[in-house]
Amino acid sequence: MLELRNINKFYNPGTINEMCLFDGFNLTIKDQEFVSVVGSNGSGKTSMLNIICGSIPIDRGRIIINNKDIANIPEFKRCRHIGRVYQNPSMGTCPNMTILENMSLADNKGKPFNLSRGTTKSRIDYYRGLLRSLNLGLEDKLSIQVGSLSGGQRQAMSLLMSTMTPIEFLILDEHTAALDPKTAEVIMELTDKIVKEKKLTTIMVTHNLRYAVEYGSRLIMMHQGNVILDKSGEEKKNMKVDDILDKFTQISIELGN
Amino acid sequence: MAEFLVFLFNFILGVLEEGFAYAIMALGVYITYKILDFPDLSVDGTFPLGGAVAVVLIIAGVNPVLTLFISFLAGALAGTIAGLIHVKLKVRDLFSGIIMMTALYSINLRIAGKSNVAIFSKDTIFENSFLEKYIPDSLKPYITVILLFIIILILKLILDFYLNTKSGYLLRAIGDNPTLVTSLAVDKGKIKIIGLALANGFVALSGAIYCQKSGFFEISMGTGTMTIGLASVIIGTNLFRKVSFIKSTTAVIIGSLLYKLCVSIAISLGMPASDLKLITAILFLGILVISSDRKRKVKSNA
Repeated sequence: MLELRNINKFYNPGTINEMCLFDGFNLTIKDQEFVSVVGSNGSGKTSMLNIICGSIPIDRGRIIINNKDIANIPEFKRCRHIGRVYQNPSMGTCPNMTILENMSLADNKGKPFNLSRGTTKSRIDYYRGLLRSLNLGLEDKLSIQVGSLSGGQRQAMSLLMSTMTPIEFLILDEHTAALDPKTAEVIMELTDKIVKEKKLTTIMVTHNLRYAVEYGSRLIMMHQGNVILDKSGEEKKNMKVDDILDKFTQISIELGN
Repeated sequence: MAEFLVFLFNFILGVLEEGFAYAIMALGVYITYKILDFPDLSVDGTFPLGGAVAVVLIIAGVNPVLTLFISFLAGALAGTIAGLIHVKLKVRDLFSGIIMMTALYSINLRIAGKSNVAIFSKDTIFENSFLEKYIPDSLKPYITVILLFIIILILKLILDFYLNTKSGYLLRAIGDNPTLVTSLAVDKGKIKIIGLALANGFVALSGAIYCQKSGFFEISMGTGTMTIGLASVIIGTNLFRKVSFIKSTTAVIIGSLLYKLCVSIAISLGMPASDLKLITAILFLGILVISSDRKRKVKSNA
């Protein structure tokens, strides 16, 4: 279970540009929930993910995972139990290293990075199998540098790499936004498959309302640092893209646009 | 004609000796510049640091081979401090190198005691009773270049091996995509410090070997080290970019030789030796303009 309790986050505190993003923000995510998060730009979606992962510090509040407050634990230690895929496909892989080397790196997460051979020969077939499940033909290109792959191929690899070792949380930060519609569809289906297979607790930020409605077990809409819509279970299943669009329109009318 | 051949032979021998000695340093610069993507200026200080440590120990009667290891450790320590300044005190990479370089100038003077120290009469790895006894006279003129070749070969193989270990993978990953290293639940700072320690160890080792080869330590010997290192790395890696069977480490060593060749040609064409650093700088500029090195890199703040 992941809990955000009473989170306060200011940007540029003490300056003229001071902005309060979160003021007493609360959110609880149950185990094995797949939460889709939508909301306009600047509503705090990505900031929320960054706060969970520890990429940005909070000013006040508690981040509780499995009854332990992790607010003061550095980012790299939190990543032990978190897998994250970014919007930019190159964030999840090393462009100047080969596919095999990238897979080996990901496979060793949580184990010591010592002076033994970087790639374990006996694992190569396992990597091949994983890559074959992507249906992108990557299994025959193990010694190719990842930098020469397309965005979609790299994003598929990022997804594979971030979920290769046992993790509890999967954080998806608009991970299909930079891909063409066809590839985005493939990546989204792959995501769903992995999440179901590994029973991961997942938070997915997306601008694609259709994905938000079709995938996941819970839907959250954020606005100005608050959750303004939170549907799960049957209610979520009955949601339509138009319902969310209506809510968007409602907000902009309230803002006076 | 015979005279010219002798000249040419000695000329090439000189280039090989200088090139190999500096190639060790270039491997260090390769680690920071190419692998870590860290502009480490402390190199200008750690090169003479290695020299200072070596000459002082040799004068104190320490085994010349042992001085190489101690010099390496001294350089690694300096690199570690530069890394700690960058990682723990959050000083920009460029500045932490500059701070280290400046501080090391005084430290080197303290270690050496004065700005010039000669070790002409002492045993070095190139001139000692062991070599005197077992190496036939016909080989004597080439012993320096042979030893240097063996040393650089060993170091290259060690570095190649390291870069293919799990720890080495991380080192390569951090220059490529620091975010991924964090995702792997590894402290980025620690890896940077390891890289800087290793790189500056190589550089100090190079300084120690250079001093033993030339027979003296001089406080200003470090000026321009960074330039020579960068030039070697850029020549090597650009020249052999398309040739996949040549490893980058080999390319850097060849780059160092080519660079020394260019400098030596300029000197032998009649440029005064005092213009050495000017030649170094202009050659480096030329290389940069010709190669215009563009690198794939992930922005960490996307």
